[in-house]
Order: sequence, then structure tokens, then C-alpha cells
Amino acid sequence: MIRIANGQGFWGDWLDAPIRLVEGGPVDYLTLDYLAEVTMSILQKQRKRDPNLGFAKDFPPLIAHLQDHILKRNIRILANAGGVNPIACAREVRRLAPALKVAVVLGDDILDRLDDLVAAGNELRNMDTGEPITLVRDRIQSANVYLGAFPLAEALASGAHIVITGRCADAALALAPMIYEFGWKPDDWDLLASGIIAGHVIECGAQATGGNCLAGWQSTPDFADIGYPLIEAHPGGDMVITKHPGTGGRVNRATVTEQLVYEIADPKRYITPDVIADFTSIRLEDQGSDRVRISGAKGQPRPDMLKASISYHYGWRAVGTLVYSAPDALTKARTADQIVRERLANLQLSFEKIHTEFFGVNACHGHLAPQIAEPAEVQLRIGVRGQDKAAIERFTRELIPLVLSGPPGASGYGEGRPQVKEVIAYWPALVPRETIQPRVEVVE
Amino acid sequence: MKISLSQIAHARSGDKGDTSNIGLIAYDPRHYHVLVREVTARRVKQHFGELVQGAVTRYELPNLGALNFVMEKALDGGGTISLRTDAQGKTYAAALLAMEIEVEPHELDR
Repeated sequence: MIRIANGQGFWGDWLDAPIRLVEGGPVDYLTLDYLAEVTMSILQKQRKRDPNLGFAKDFPPLIAHLQDHILKRNIRILANAGGVNPIACAREVRRLAPALKVAVVLGDDILDRLDDLVAAGNELRNMDTGEPITLVRDRIQSANVYLGAFPLAEALASGAHIVITGRCADAALALAPMIYEFGWKPDDWDLLASGIIAGHVIECGAQATGGNCLAGWQSTPDFADIGYPLIEAHPGGDMVITKHPGTGGRVNRATVTEQLVYEIADPKRYITPDVIADFTSIRLEDQGSDRVRISGAKGQPRPDMLKASISYHYGWRAVGTLVYSAPDALTKARTADQIVRERLANLQLSFEKIHTEFFGVNACHGHLAPQIAEPAEVQLRIGVRGQDKAAIERFTRELIPLVLSGPPGASGYGEGRPQVKEVIAYWPALVPRETIQPRVEVVE
Repeated sequence: MKISLSQIAHARSGDKGDTSNIGLIAYDPRHYHVLVREVTARRVKQHFGELVQGAVTRYELPNLGALNFVMEKALDGGGTISLRTDAQGKTYAAALLAMEIEVEPHELDR
């Protein structure tokens, strides 16, 4: 049995979580997931400014902090902290923690190969809209394929303490140690499915241990010291989800089930680079004491195509707010919204979308929100997006004047004018597996 | 009688691009069949109205006592594009649980 923990569900997750996992009990492998889709675009912007950046900056200092534990207890780390620049990430880890052996997994980055791929007949059509990639070709900023767990397992076999990847399937970080330790083969579909499903449960960190859990959230123990999840993985495919004793949060059927169904589509076909896992095949057994056993996983052969995440410049956006108080807070906010819209129309500015929310009334749930007779205050929140940056910039000048010239008592403008932000959007596409050759490099 | 879905089920929602999914889970596996009968894809589409512009597909996970709803064009473009406060559909789970469903009183016996 090996223990695989996840100490980071996204870049920006709790800084102390990985340290607490390592210091708080037995762990063999620690995985850290830094890459949400949004993150790739942020990293891309950073690499554009400085070619030595483009990775998760929090990662190297964390490894330096954990260096003694890693060496003394032979804990091994797998992280997609490499972002769009895994080599630079590895060099920074080596600089801060010179005693550690570091390997990187490369081959996910297809930005320089896009034209060749298209020329070879791959249309890279948008999986959601069906549009061909030529539509956005000149605006593409990054293009990465989701790699599977086998190259990561190969990196572990090199003896590296630290395995750094760019884009890979989130759950592959947890599957890789199982492949390496248990000798699972590329066509052990049921075993690979069991590893992927357990990996899916822990990939979002504390979402498996009571975080963001609707079931009985009011009684969740000690959120402030919530324990991050770990898998006790068995060679035959049985997985126990648990956390260190004495930590906050909880692991039970409800917390694990909520995470199982998180961000999935067809549960019979959870598609990953290594296997198509069937979530309807598994059995959960709540063993009590914060332990849930997952067994019976079935898998089908891996897909012929790999998913690529391609980011491209979409346009510009800005969001601005004003706050109105009772009485008639909502009416004041609605009036202000009309004034802004009328002025934008008079300026004949072109926007793809103007979106208004009355925060405190309908921002999250629209017409489904419970009706309140007289809200104490309402935040008017107007967002615009479009291709014309000048129009977005002009919008940012149109809210604050209402403090003097609109409905009475406008407040909440202390943060100043809204900021214009670039919108980088995502283009999910498929590429044939045989066009992608992952490789492992040990960084000295 | 009418009850709020939140009385017999919990849920979690999230995003993939402009698609949002909601996993709906019976607190008691014996109530799973009530979810299957009452919470159809059509009703979920109606419930969300203009918030969800695209199709709603329902998948069944009887082993977990759960249904999964995949809602397309549900997030004003999603991710980085969306201008909504909840651009990732994190609060859609709670919105679904506010739905009223019809049950026979004996169906709630445990």
C-alpha cells in the first residue's frame, strides 16, 4: 500500500496545506495541482514578460522548505507546476534545493507545431463549437496537450525526488505513482480506472474532505485546520480516501460523492489520456473514522485522440460597481444602470455584451433568487466585453460620474475606476495521440 | 405534497468552459428513485430558464444515488469570458436544490 496525498487543488490554494500534509503524518507521494484553465493564460503572460517565468512561482520555495523531509523520509513530489515553462521551474527548484534530483516531463507544448499539425490535416476544431482553428490562428498564445500518467511514472523511475510537468491530466499526478510502484501496464484498464477515479477525488484538494461540501456544511469540524485528502492505494485497485487524524474537515460518503460528480460529463465515459473510466461501476464503503473505500472500478481502452487546451486572445473586458442603500436601493441601482446604458448608446460604442447584475438581489441565481422586499443595499455591477479596447476603456469612465449626476447616495467606488483586462479564451481541441511524444529529462 | 429538493438531496456544481454540470445526490440512497422520477432534464432546463441557453443532459449514477446534469451554454461564455459574478457555476448546485418536487409522504419514510 502507498499513500498519495494532494496538497494543492489549484494555484492559489492554501499555502500551508502541503506542509501540513507532509509534517502531519505518513505520506509517500505528494501531488500538487497548480493548473486551472485560467492559470495557463496567466503563466503565458508572465513568460512573455520574462522568459524565465511561466511556472507556478510558489512551488520552488515550497520544495526548498520541504527538502529535509523529502530526503529523510523519501517523499516524492509530482506537480504540474511547470506551467508553460517546466525547465525554468526545475532550474529554480534546483537552485533553492540543490540536494534534490529533479525530472521534467516535456512534450505537452505544441504551440510551435500548430501549423505543421494543421498542414498534416488536423483541423483542431473547437470541441464545443465545431469551428476550425484557422478562425483564431493569429491570436493563439499557448497550446498544450493533456499528457497521461505513463511519462510521469517514467520520470519517477529515473529516481527523481521531484517530477515537474506542464499540462497533464490532473488525476494523472496521482495515477503515476501507482503505475510506478505496482507495475500497472498500459492496458490494465480496470486498474488504471481505479487510480484515475481516486485521483479525481483528491485532485481538488479539500473538496474531498469537507470543503465546498453542501451536505451538512454547518457541522463540518474545524474548517480552519481542514485536512487535505490522501489515497491509500492498493496494488489490486482498492482505494481508500482519507486524511490525517486530528485534522479538520471530514471524509464520508457525502464528501467523496460530491467530489466524484464534480466537473464530469458522461459518468460512464470519464475520458483521460490513459483510460476511459466508468464512474457507474464503483462501490463506495463508508468505513467511518474519515475513511471511504472505493472498489470495483471498470475502465475501457484509452482514446486515440488527446485533448489540447489552446488559449487565444479573445478581446477586452471591464467590470465596474456602485452601491446604493435603502430606501429604494434596487430602484436607484436600476436607474443608474439605465443611465450608463443610455450614455454608452449615445457614444455609439460597440460591445459584444453589456451585463448587469444587482448584487444582493440576483447576481448568482438570476430569476431563481428569493425575492427580498427591501434590500438594505444593492451593488450595481456592470460588465462589458468586446474587441474594441477603446470602447472598454471609455466604459470605465462612465460609472463614477453618477456619484454626482445620478440617483442619490451612490457609494462603493473607493477602488477607483474599473480596470480594463485582456480576455484570453480557451479552444479545446483533439489531436491524434501518435503526434505527441512525451519525454523525460533530468535537470542537473 | 411539495417539498424542496434540498430536503432529500445535496449537490455540487462546476464548469468546463461554457458548460456547467451539477451532480445531485440523494442523502438516502432509497430516495434516488424520487430524484430519477422528479428531476428530469426537461424540468432542470425549465428551472434555470434564461440562465441556461443550451441543452440539458441527464446522466444516472445509481451506484452513488446520484444524477449528473450537464448544462450547455450556461455560463455566458464561461471561464475567462463570462461577465457573471458566478462565472464558473459554483452556486448552481444551491439554485437547483431550491427546486420544488412532488412526493408521496410515505416516500420520505426511512
